Amino acid sequence: MKLNLASSPFSRKALKTPELMRLVMLCLIPGVFVQWYVFGWGNLIQIMIAGILAVVTEAIILAIRNKPVIRTIKDNSALLTGVLLGISLPPYTPWWITAIGIVFAILVVKHLYGGLGQNLFNPAMVAYVLLLISFPVHMTSWVPPESLMQHSVTFADAWSLIASGFSIDGYSLQQIKTAVDGTTMATPLDTLKTDLGHGLTVSESLNKPIFGTFAGFGSEWISIAFLVGGLFLLKQKAIGWQIPASFLGGLFVISLMGYLSDPDTMVSPLIHLFSGASIFAAFFILTDPVSASTTPRGRIIFGVLIALLTYVIRTWGGYPDAIAFAVILANMCVPLIDYYTQPSVYGSRKA
Amino acid sequence: MIQSILAHIKQGKLWRFAGGVFPSERKSLSNQQPILPALIPTELVIPLNQHIGEPADLLVKVGDSVLKGQPLTHHNNFRALPVHASTSGKVTAIESRPSCHPSGLPEISIIIAPDGNDTWIERHPTTDISQLDRHAIIDKIHLAGIAGKGGAGFPAHLKLSGKADIELLIINGIECEPYITADDMLMREYASELIQGIEIIEQVTQCKHTVIAIESNKPEAIAALSEYNNEQRRVTVVPTKYPSGGEKQLIELITGKQVPNKGYPIDMGILMHNVGTAFAIKRAVMDDEPLISRIVTITGEAFEQRGNVHALIGTPIEQLIAPFNLQPQDNQTRLIIGGPMMGFTLPSASAPIIKTTNCILAPTEQELPTPGQEMACIRCGECADACPASLLPQQLYWYAKSNDHEKLREYNLFDCIECGSCAYVCPSEIPLVQYYRIGKADIRQQEQEAKKAEIARVRHEARQARLEREKQEREARNKAAAEKRKAQILANQEKTPATASTDQDVPAKDAVAQALERAKAKRTAEPQDDDMAAVRKARKEQARLAKLAKQAQTEDAPTQQTKAEATSTAKTTNPAVAAALARAKAKKEAQQGEQPITHSDSEPAPSSAPTKNSAVAAAIARAKAKKAAQQSEAETETAAKTESEPEQSTAPTKNPAVAAAIARAKAKKAAQQSEAETETAAKTEPEPEQSTAPTKNPAVAAAIARAKAKKAAQQSEAETETAAKTESEPEQSTAPTKNPAVAAAIARAKAKKAAQQSEAETKTETKTETTAKTESEPEQSTAPTKNPAVAAAIARAKAKKAAQQSEAETAAKTESEPEQSTAPTKNPAVAAAIARAKAKKAAQQGEAVNASDKAPELEKPAAASKNPAVAAAIARAKAKKAEQQAKHEQMQPDSQKDNR
Amino acid sequence: MSIGIAVISLGLLALIFGLILGYAAIRFKVKADPIVEQIDAILPQTQCGQCGYPGCKPYANAIANGDAINKCPPGGEAVIVKLADLMGVEPTKLEGEEKPKAVAFVHEDECIGCTKCIQACPVDAILGATRQMHTVIADECTGCELCVAPCPTDCIEMIPIDETTKTWQWDLQSISIKEVQ
Repeated sequence: MKLNLASSPFSRKALKTPELMRLVMLCLIPGVFVQWYVFGWGNLIQIMIAGILAVVTEAIILAIRNKPVIRTIKDNSALLTGVLLGISLPPYTPWWITAIGIVFAILVVKHLYGGLGQNLFNPAMVAYVLLLISFPVHMTSWVPPESLMQHSVTFADAWSLIASGFSIDGYSLQQIKTAVDGTTMATPLDTLKTDLGHGLTVSESLNKPIFGTFAGFGSEWISIAFLVGGLFLLKQKAIGWQIPASFLGGLFVISLMGYLSDPDTMVSPLIHLFSGASIFAAFFILTDPVSASTTPRGRIIFGVLIALLTYVIRTWGGYPDAIAFAVILANMCVPLIDYYTQPSVYGSRKA
Repeated sequence: MIQSILAHIKQGKLWRFAGGVFPSERKSLSNQQPILPALIPTELVIPLNQHIGEPADLLVKVGDSVLKGQPLTHHNNFRALPVHASTSGKVTAIESRPSCHPSGLPEISIIIAPDGNDTWIERHPTTDISQLDRHAIIDKIHLAGIAGKGGAGFPAHLKLSGKADIELLIINGIECEPYITADDMLMREYASELIQGIEIIEQVTQCKHTVIAIESNKPEAIAALSEYNNEQRRVTVVPTKYPSGGEKQLIELITGKQVPNKGYPIDMGILMHNVGTAFAIKRAVMDDEPLISRIVTITGEAFEQRGNVHALIGTPIEQLIAPFNLQPQDNQTRLIIGGPMMGFTLPSASAPIIKTTNCILAPTEQELPTPGQEMACIRCGECADACPASLLPQQLYWYAKSNDHEKLREYNLFDCIECGSCAYVCPSEIPLVQYYRIGKADIRQQEQEAKKAEIARVRHEARQARLEREKQEREARNKAAAEKRKAQILANQEKTPATASTDQDVPAKDAVAQALERAKAKRTAEPQDDDMAAVRKARKEQARLAKLAKQAQTEDAPTQQTKAEATSTAKTTNPAVAAALARAKAKKEAQQGEQPITHSDSEPAPSSAPTKNSAVAAAIARAKAKKAAQQSEAETETAAKTESEPEQSTAPTKNPAVAAAIARAKAKKAAQQSEAETETAAKTEPEPEQSTAPTKNPAVAAAIARAKAKKAAQQSEAETETAAKTESEPEQSTAPTKNPAVAAAIARAKAKKAAQQSEAETKTETKTETTAKTESEPEQSTAPTKNPAVAAAIARAKAKKAAQQSEAETAAKTESEPEQSTAPTKNPAVAAAIARAKAKKAAQQGEAVNASDKAPELEKPAAASKNPAVAAAIARAKAKKAEQQAKHEQMQPDSQKDNR
Repeated sequence: MSIGIAVISLGLLALIFGLILGYAAIRFKVKADPIVEQIDAILPQTQCGQCGYPGCKPYANAIANGDAINKCPPGGEAVIVKLADLMGVEPTKLEGEEKPKAVAFVHEDECIGCTKCIQACPVDAILGATRQMHTVIADECTGCELCVAPCPTDCIEMIPIDETTKTWQWDLQSISIKEVQ
């Protein structure tokens, strides 16, 4: 009889890193589905492109770094990064922009820092910011929801748009972007910002078709779908409650205070929460374990900090949505937060 | 404070502790059937040390018959626990056997072959424990060898014997590890005995309240023990969560207080014992049964049968699990001692059950899959959430990986209880606990090494300081001695004739008798063992005197010496000659000072001894010496022997003078050849002397001795002390000589030489050795002549030469041995002279650490001498030596006694 | 004129800053161990002389004066890394080879009591007297091997320190599994 040696504990929880990543992706499905329903094929194609490129890039870099390729790829982390970036990009972003973004995310943001677990920043968000400041036109070419579009975009059109910049019928993205009423569409938050800049009140702006029942038209439903997925993740204990709760709670409280102080120029909490990427980020971006704070108290601080930054940038900054910037800025603070929020070790508490 | 806690406890209030995990319990695998009785194995392996703390002393030896419950070891201190024979039988071996330890490294164990009768040793059960006082109970628990069953095996009596007041006693029946049901079954089946044990602990500790904490997943046990609830004692049901059975976690759970970092529960007035310990205490105190068996859970799906079993301590695990039919898992068989969270895999199934073994778990691969390969940490923080000690395991992991011990400490690695919760939840399957264990072991080892290095550094520096000091002292002494010698020479020239005439009268018989008596008295008074101490004391005394003396040294010393010499020479028939001789010797000795070590094996001696002609013998000896010297570059001892043969052939020659001459010639040659640090050469030298001892012609002997000395001197570039020995032995040879004058002369010569040595370092080696030799030869040839004057002259010549050659610090031994040899001489003057010579030399040795060795020797020869003067001289010599030793602080252990 | 003002004002500034710096240098002076002490603290203190110096302290001195940091076999890689860290140089490969830790042992039946080893021992860890059998205090022995060569009878042996369950380092890989039954 040959005895095997191992180290305790021998008992282990079932949820491993690959499964964890897979679970996160599965929980994205409701949101992605609604996103497809509202905005068409664009993002699905982006997700596919980004996902595949992410895995390929990861494989090549791993091979160069002499790391086990297959085993590491199987942790699904690169794929998840790709998926997250794909969801975040405007639907008909040219493929090469997506490629630049994902390669940058994997190569620079992840592997130049040492690979999974070592990166200081959230790869998808850094890539997003990079693209946003490098290709501002493309990165703000949001399309109106399908129902508000002049020209409906088929699957083939979507492919063509992403590949060449023109639909099958030869419409440019600029033409596609034009809404039924002839105005150029932007995101709800963008619209609000522009309108407020033009001296309109919030309520006046909200009358525009881009807004739905309580937030951005369409995006409110996407947010709700992501919320469902996120809650399922929470239930599965794949993510901690602290970050989503503190972020959403923080954003709500801050925007409520702003709203109450001046309802005409300040946006309501509901719009803050359900327009833009707030919900999606709360459950899927901020909870990226690698770049988020790891201590229980630190996570709460981390969430509130992002909420604050988001609100500040949205309200007074130059960009309509601010999650990506806020996340990166908060990522920078993580080491500090972690250091000062270490739990007091058993027995060090005064009796 | 504790009062309010007690109030809460009585209400059944519970707190919670941070972290914790919920692994699947799987307790029902093994708690479905009653505990099986113990089986007697074919062999018992009882390790001596089964607990934290020190092992005890053996009481049995191989071949002894032992009875069940008989102690096999005796505790030599309060922290040690004895072990007992688990059944009757015979001790077949006491040897190293694989241990019940994750390393499986062998540990010393007592092997017993059971006789199958299971005969108990005589027991004295008591039922009324109220008769016993606290100490008696603690003693019984100690003698029963009860180690805590909680895991670490902390001796139970130590916990009980604390001075602090115990307010709250917690009996730990949590058993939070999955799979294990030993405590569960114990509580179910032995509830009443368990309660008796708890009562004993209550009586010993006088605690105010007792909590029996049981996890909610053991309803039967809870029911069984709840029957005994009363005002002071109640069963508290604790929610099932791992690791609520940890001492610190359970205390927080029950009291809401955390045990301070560096503190112990006892500081808070809380004492915790495991149910198994309480049961063992009952058995020990009331039934007088030591801890020789325990309940072991045998579980896991790889076993066909599962359950709990009474197991004798020392039962080899393979025999214990045999009836449970372990199904080998292809290449994945694991035998886990303990549970799946904190247990360890066993490398060898022949390891024994020990006092802390509570479970043997053999899981299948499906049940507890072997972990996959470690993946990158994704910093998810799950581990931090799970950690019951509120550590940051992922940080610890980074630092453990990068061996950053400082950071590990900063992040409180040593507060980790290795419960395994972090590794349990880790999604990347990182064996975190293993990292921490290695980190802890590394840090501990480094700490130990640092400690050791520090000690080594201190010791080294102390040694360096000592050497430096000795060197300075030596230099100072040498200078002083040089001046002394100059004065002495002058004094000698004036005084010798005068004193010679004055002291001619016969030595007083009384004096001799007195000396003898004194010597004897001393001998009897100081049996071997006490010699050293006594001598040391004497030396100290003398050292004090000597110090005083030294202060006035510059003027005093020379005069003293001249006086001493005067007295000694007075008694010799021809003092002048003797003096000369003595001086010569002294010189010679000085030269040898640096010589290599001798070991005086006297192998060749017997062969030459029976020769009738001493001269011949002497020659032989010398020849040997020479040969040895030549070989001295080789370190072989055998060589010396082979060469001894030629001597034997020369032995039959009848003419001593011739022989002596030959020998001398040889000796010279030898001396020139040897530059050696060889020991062989040294060794050979003593031999000649022994052979020459019986010689009837002292002159010859003296010559021989001188020849040898010369050679030795030249050899000396080595810095060994023992070299001195060689020189001393020449004297031995002269000892039996009938001509005291010669001996005396020798002695004086030695004295002189010693004096000159002191200057040795400053003096240049201007004189060539060849000249030295040429001088010595004449003497030797003339030695057989009856004219002492000649001899004296020769001696002086030699002495001079010798002095110049010597750069030496003479060894401790040198002086002591001369005495021995001279002791039997009939002429006290000789002895006195020798003694003085010694004294001088000793003075130069300053560091004379070897005192303990020397002292006895000094006295012995003195004793044998018939003349008190001798004794006096010796004493003086000793005094001097002692003085120098006294300066030398005794900071170093005896080990240094030998250094120079 | 304007140049004069510039020169004067710059000069004044320089003076002020110089004073501030000078004050700071005194006020905030960091009292560090002399470098030799720090190096000496890292060295294993075996005093074995394998570095070519008659002890650890002399070698520490030599390192402080620029000697190589890789001459300490008893310290091994660990010491090199620490020294490199302290001295701000790249760790280099060890000169000589690392041996397992050992202590000297005197085979007492062969010992003739010559005391040579006692004199060789740099930490006075050998006990004995002339013609008395010697023995090594294992706890004090640094394993320097300096006593081995001088022994005339070769009775000193370096015995590797055995691993026990107390000193075991949790290296599961190193355990050999025995087949049983």
